[in-house]
Amino acid sequence: MKQRSLGDVILDVQNISLSFGGVKALTDISFNVREHEIRAIIGPNGAGKSSMLNCINGVYTPQQGTISFRGQTFHHMNSRQVAEMGVARTFQNLALFKGMSVLDNIMSGRNLKIKSNILLQALRIGPAEREEIRHREFVEHIIDFLEIQAHRKTPVGQLPYGLQKRVDLGRALAMEPQVLLLDEPMAGMNVEEKQDMCRFILDVNDEFGTTVVLIEHDMGVVMDISDRVVVLDYGKKIGDGMPDEVRNNEDVIRAYLGTSH
Amino acid sequence: MAFFLETLLGGLMAGMLYSLVALGFVLIFKASGVFNFAQGAMVLFAALAMARFAEWIPRWTGIENPIVANVAAFIIAGGIMFVVAWLIERLVLRHLVNQEAATLLMATLGITYFMEGLGQTLFGSDIYKIDVGMPKDPIFVLESMFEGGILVNKEDVIAAAIAAALVAALSLFFQKTTTGRALRAVADDHQAAQSIGIPLNRIWVIVWCVAGVVALVSGMIWGSKLGVQFSLTTVALRALPVVILGGLTSVPGAIIGGLIIGVGEKLSEVFLGPYVGGGIEIWFAYVLALLFLLVRPQGLFGEKIIDRV
Repeated sequence: MKQRSLGDVILDVQNISLSFGGVKALTDISFNVREHEIRAIIGPNGAGKSSMLNCINGVYTPQQGTISFRGQTFHHMNSRQVAEMGVARTFQNLALFKGMSVLDNIMSGRNLKIKSNILLQALRIGPAEREEIRHREFVEHIIDFLEIQAHRKTPVGQLPYGLQKRVDLGRALAMEPQVLLLDEPMAGMNVEEKQDMCRFILDVNDEFGTTVVLIEHDMGVVMDISDRVVVLDYGKKIGDGMPDEVRNNEDVIRAYLGTSH
Repeated sequence: MAFFLETLLGGLMAGMLYSLVALGFVLIFKASGVFNFAQGAMVLFAALAMARFAEWIPRWTGIENPIVANVAAFIIAGGIMFVVAWLIERLVLRHLVNQEAATLLMATLGITYFMEGLGQTLFGSDIYKIDVGMPKDPIFVLESMFEGGILVNKEDVIAAAIAAALVAALSLFFQKTTTGRALRAVADDHQAAQSIGIPLNRIWVIVWCVAGVVALVSGMIWGSKLGVQFSLTTVALRALPVVILGGLTSVPGAIIGGLIIGVGEKLSEVFLGPYVGGGIEIWFAYVLALLFLLVRPQGLFGEKIIDRV
């Protein structure tokens, strides 16, 4: 267990309910995320983890409840507003721009930050050129950090799965997010790739102080790297707390292992 | 020799015009992954708007100057294409975010019929003419090298120059600007594009607007050559082999594909035609496209289709 001081509440989810027609995906979910912490959301398949992330991300609009970001409360947000506030995400099933190079994929994460006039950009003159170079430099740092230098110009679709996951993370990091949402960053990876990914997540959290909210199935990983854990089952919250508390929670054990009748 | 060069040049000019229409396809495909069946209808719609306003403006305002009338008509037609782009986004595409490409293709098929009908209802269904004052007279060049020189159509030269300028501008836009990158991103993955803060709706309006302007320019040029009439929509069909040849995702590909097809059509008609009884021009492009689909389905310059299994 690592001991670190956590900051104030950065993201506060209050009484979120979401349903699709008659299917209740989430029922009355509340939890908060503190600055600089690694917060895990776990639960069996279909528990509503990804739906929760999609609510925070502005992809779904919950029927009830509010989400506050740094004390500002929102009932209804679109993806762009969320991105502008500094929330970035990665995807469970990769959603990369497959035809574009690694570099272009990660550069696209800088799009919101590039302000120069479109005409100047097209001709690459004056301030636009300098701005492009500045952003390129930042992106090169990310490429170094994720150790994908050799694949800079490769179309993402040609990379192996584990590396594509890294590019996905790189694109999110390029947004310099305050909160990073990771939807199963280690799904389908082998042990070695998982260790690499864990290291990246911990480093990002450590070096940049980025708050991380992650969904993960691998219990070992979750218990190792996260500060606090929320447990969902059938769209309801059944546990919330430090990894050790959650591990010993009766409801959680029942949800994962089933009960003896 | 002079005759060969003349045929070649004629083919290049005709090819440039195909390229212009093909550009419209490539733009929308690059930026939204949609094969826009409605491109031909957009060409007709834009050309109709331009032709009729050029006719109406002098009548309404009493200003007889043809330049004023044409410029005003061009601007109004451009404005109309903007409104069309906005409406298509608002009424059709917005509701189809994250849907299959086939769904979007079917939607553009619907847009095609709607725009053909609406265009003719609003602007009439006769044959109209666009007269932007392009010189029709042919000129002779290289008279010192060949006896009698080479016959070149001035109108074609101007049209080719306009097309070339448009292509240069669009290439820069796609490769060098953040908006261009955003457009390519949207084409690849809607959800991911949204997650990095790219506003899908605005991007779609932008790209349909640009395609609308390209349609307007090609409508204007083709219209002044052939007259504005329903058959303009079939011009789009002639551009289909061009995009298959050049690659659906490549702006330069659209140009080179157009040139190859223009030249191929003319040369084969003139030099092979007599042996098979002529008529090669009509099917040449399609046969070439078919061969390309068999050998190199992504076209000359298209992005290689990558599929992990």
